[in-house]
Amino acid sequence: MSDKDTICAVSTPPGEGGIGIIRISGRDAVRIAGTIFRPRRGGDLQSSASHTIHYGHVIDPCTAETIDEVLVSVMRAPATYTREDVVEINCHGGVVPLWRTIGLLIQAGARQAEAGEFTKRAFLNGRIDLAQAEAVIDIIRAKTELSQRSANEQLLGGLSRDISGLMERILRIITCIDAALDFPDEDIEMPSGESLEEGISSIIRGIDGLLSGYIYGSVLREGVAAAIVGRTNVGKSSLLNALLRQNRAIVTEIPGTTRDVIEEFINISGIPLKILDTAGIRHTHDMAEIEGVKRSLAVIESADIVLIVMDGSQALTPEDYKVIDKAKGKTAIGVINKSDLPKMTGSFEWPKIQMEVSCLTGAGLDLLKQKLVELMKKGAVPPGEHAWAVNRRHKTILEQSKANLERALSNVKNCLSPEFISEDLRGAMSSLGLITGTTYTEDILDRIFSTFCIGK
Amino acid sequence: MGFCLLRDCKDLMILVICVRDCLNYIYEVIVVGAGHAGVEAALVSANLGCRTLLLTISMDTIAAMPCSPSIGGIAKGQLVKEIDALGGIMAKVADQTAIQFRVLNTSKGPAVHGTRTQNDRHLYHTAVKSILERHPDLDIRQAMVERLIVEDGRVAGLIDNFDNHYHAKAVVLATGTFLHGLIHIGKRSFPAGRAWEFSSDALADDLKRLGFQMGRFKTGTPPRLKRSSIDFSSMKRQDGDDVPGFFSSATTEVMLPQRSCYITGTNENTHKVIAENIKLSPLYSGAIKGTPARYCPSLEDKVMKFQDRDSHQVVLEPEGLETEEIYASGLGNSFPPEFQWKIVRSVKGLEDAEIIRHSYAIEYDYCLPTQFFHTLETRLIKGLYMAGQINGTSGYEEAAAQGIWAGINAALKIKEMPPFVLDRYEAYMGVMVDDLITKGTDVPYRMFTSRAEYRLLLREDNAEYRLMDKAQKLGLIDKARYDRLTEELLQIRENIERMEKVYIKPYEKINKALVKFGSSPIHEAASLANLLRRPGINGKAMELIDPEWPCLDPRVTRQVEIEIKYEGYLKKQLHDIEQLKDMDRVKIPCDLDFDQVPGISNEIREKLNCIRPVSLAQASRIAGMTPAGLSVLMLFLKGRH
Repeated sequence: MSDKDTICAVSTPPGEGGIGIIRISGRDAVRIAGTIFRPRRGGDLQSSASHTIHYGHVIDPCTAETIDEVLVSVMRAPATYTREDVVEINCHGGVVPLWRTIGLLIQAGARQAEAGEFTKRAFLNGRIDLAQAEAVIDIIRAKTELSQRSANEQLLGGLSRDISGLMERILRIITCIDAALDFPDEDIEMPSGESLEEGISSIIRGIDGLLSGYIYGSVLREGVAAAIVGRTNVGKSSLLNALLRQNRAIVTEIPGTTRDVIEEFINISGIPLKILDTAGIRHTHDMAEIEGVKRSLAVIESADIVLIVMDGSQALTPEDYKVIDKAKGKTAIGVINKSDLPKMTGSFEWPKIQMEVSCLTGAGLDLLKQKLVELMKKGAVPPGEHAWAVNRRHKTILEQSKANLERALSNVKNCLSPEFISEDLRGAMSSLGLITGTTYTEDILDRIFSTFCIGK
Repeated sequence: MGFCLLRDCKDLMILVICVRDCLNYIYEVIVVGAGHAGVEAALVSANLGCRTLLLTISMDTIAAMPCSPSIGGIAKGQLVKEIDALGGIMAKVADQTAIQFRVLNTSKGPAVHGTRTQNDRHLYHTAVKSILERHPDLDIRQAMVERLIVEDGRVAGLIDNFDNHYHAKAVVLATGTFLHGLIHIGKRSFPAGRAWEFSSDALADDLKRLGFQMGRFKTGTPPRLKRSSIDFSSMKRQDGDDVPGFFSSATTEVMLPQRSCYITGTNENTHKVIAENIKLSPLYSGAIKGTPARYCPSLEDKVMKFQDRDSHQVVLEPEGLETEEIYASGLGNSFPPEFQWKIVRSVKGLEDAEIIRHSYAIEYDYCLPTQFFHTLETRLIKGLYMAGQINGTSGYEEAAAQGIWAGINAALKIKEMPPFVLDRYEAYMGVMVDDLITKGTDVPYRMFTSRAEYRLLLREDNAEYRLMDKAQKLGLIDKARYDRLTEELLQIRENIERMEKVYIKPYEKINKALVKFGSSPIHEAASLANLLRRPGINGKAMELIDPEWPCLDPRVTRQVEIEIKYEGYLKKQLHDIEQLKDMDRVKIPCDLDFDQVPGISNEIREKLNCIRPVSLAQASRIAGMTPAGLSVLMLFLKGRH
């Protein structure tokens, strides 16, 4: 992440219909916007004067398809909010065009802004008077707390409180371990393996609870991302096209045609569903294809829902199982394509949700869409009391923290010396501290002394 | 009437001039106080070639152990080994005078092992005294320093209570608990630096006059009991390790007969006596104002604060080979003598015990350590350094570590060489000094492994390797030792590579060894390194698995074992250090006026002005520093460049 990148983001709350504003800031803001904008009066955005408004259309430069009817404001540095070149695009067509426009901007070289990043730039570039100190601090702090854009006070307090609670529990375990490590001559007992396992597992459950809030938050913010994966030539692109009912991806009989990850949006019940079509996963020596396969695996990682496409007319191959293996642990649907042909796949255990479709005849597609809606709604409805709208950054941090805790847990099981478990727990805690902006070094000693009777 | 004495020493003339009935001594470095901090400071300064004078109130208490007759322990062991790695004497003398060797925490990983010795404290004192006395560049004199000579904000020397003048451009104060020392036993209190030694009041007043901010701490020492009056039969005996672990790599054998410690404990009766008479303790009557050391609380504190405990541990430690005195660890209190007898005799095995020395509490002034640079030089007076308890720490090892640190820097100042500072990721010493000057301390500071964020890297076993380059550059260790360490490092690296490369086939012998150490047999060839990484497999197991292992130096195999076994964790900490270094590279100019930095809260501004961090990394460790404040500071610094 660099302060020199050109960044873009939807700067209005998401919702269906109405106007959405996309803000772009950075050195290349005008150029990047120019590549996707066709002014009604002709001419070039790049030669336009500062602080002017232009009417026209967002065009996909690859397909020349019109995405939306928009108003574009060009504001050149330094008299802008961020003191960089800023372009704002007022979209009218609702959520899907809004997100497609963002997608096009990213394709053209912009990067999605982090929470609070516009304001941060405004500060970095001296746009915000340093005398407004308190405000500035709050803005910077937003980077380590909840995204300014999406969080209201209540959510912020709630998430912080939950995270502080988890940190408190981790700290208590560290205290017990470190007390026993630093004072072996006192009669302080090292917590038993069982009690450590129990304590750590319960913290992991707490983090899982918070992570479930991510789906809720991200659904509102970014839509749900569904990845279409599968070995080569099982009909992934056909499925994408069938879902979009348009000829977007190239469909051929030659394995490995789709080498890039293709993103498409469809709107289901007002929630944007971002569909990621990926290269087929197979063993290959073609360099370009290897890259494509790599990206496919990364897409599985980032997707909320994985659609594993299989060729129903053939028995499952080791490559199919490899794909299934890669998707384990995600919310996944096994899509058995080519239901127009005799089913040869046999039965398999995972994914549990299995849908038979025929991209050729369209059979089963409605059921599949229904299932997708169901899964999306599951995420869209706050699951229980800890459903703070956790954003992607929080999700990453929570997952880091969880990974540390899981390592601690396996170390407990392997009877590794407690200082390593303590190290894992510290890692888990300092990750969580990135969200709340707190650190705890001296606290551990204070706690040891207030908890244990120590000394000669 | 005046006279002049010239002493020829190397290429330097030392002058002792008598002017108007007072003597004038001229040195390069003067150290005040000959406790564990002072002796290391004086010795290293002399070793670095500076004409050094060590001043002490009493020649008979040089390197005294006024409290526990032991050296080392968890985290303290690391400090002792680091002192050794820098050419200090604590490790060697502790080994020479040890009457018990024990490594604590051996059931845990290597990072939290702590070597500890019980020592004959009389022999310890004589050994150190003799080393100091024989050093050609070091003079020792018995004197009570009363004032500093300061010229233009620089220290120029000292004046004693006979108005003798000692001139030097660098002075290290290592006065321990002597500044306004006040001993409490029951209702009685009297000025003393340690039991029955003069307190140093004039110097304490002088420091205040010079503008130092002083605080007041309290510590204490338990009673000494007569060996023959104790019934050890009912107690648990604690012996040293069968294979002794030494502090110094130069030590090869145990020098003295070995002794045991004995463990007993207080009981309900003890606690009842204490609770009923708590008002007689100056700690609870309000007579003691200093903040007590929280890790070695008085027994009355333990009883009152942890009322649910029905027993507190008491360890009886021998004070030496030839003495009858037994140190009763855990029975420290400040009750009047008659109650001390009652308390002691309520303990099992001590029913007939006789107290030789009563327990006492002592209050003393210390200098707030946030007033120092990382070199332990004071910001107020150039050339003035402080080390040990005067800086708010506690413990012989903590003192000695600061002593050698301040001594090196005092000598480097004289030689006009760049200062010597170890970072938090290089040594426990670095953690301690950075903690002290960045965070200050509101209770006597003691080292713990939990203070070191890189504790997995800062181990006893690698102290020499960690510090060898810096020690050699300064000339603190000789060439032979440096060459040996270099050779060992080479072997360590070669063997780590070898272990990764060499694959072992699933021979029956190998699988037997694996199973013996609780691991599962292998079915296909595995690298030695991967076998070592398995839980349960250690250096002992490798002796059976790796044919070359038994031929290697144990110091080498130890490092190979640790580096391979804990590779993931060590790498992670090294990675964290790289991140810290990035922040460390953002330097804060020493003339920065923090009042000019807009947008930081007054509380943080005050702390910044007081502590004056030298880098963004140090600023981040200031208590109460927020990510927001740090960002503002960073942006301000960026803007200046």
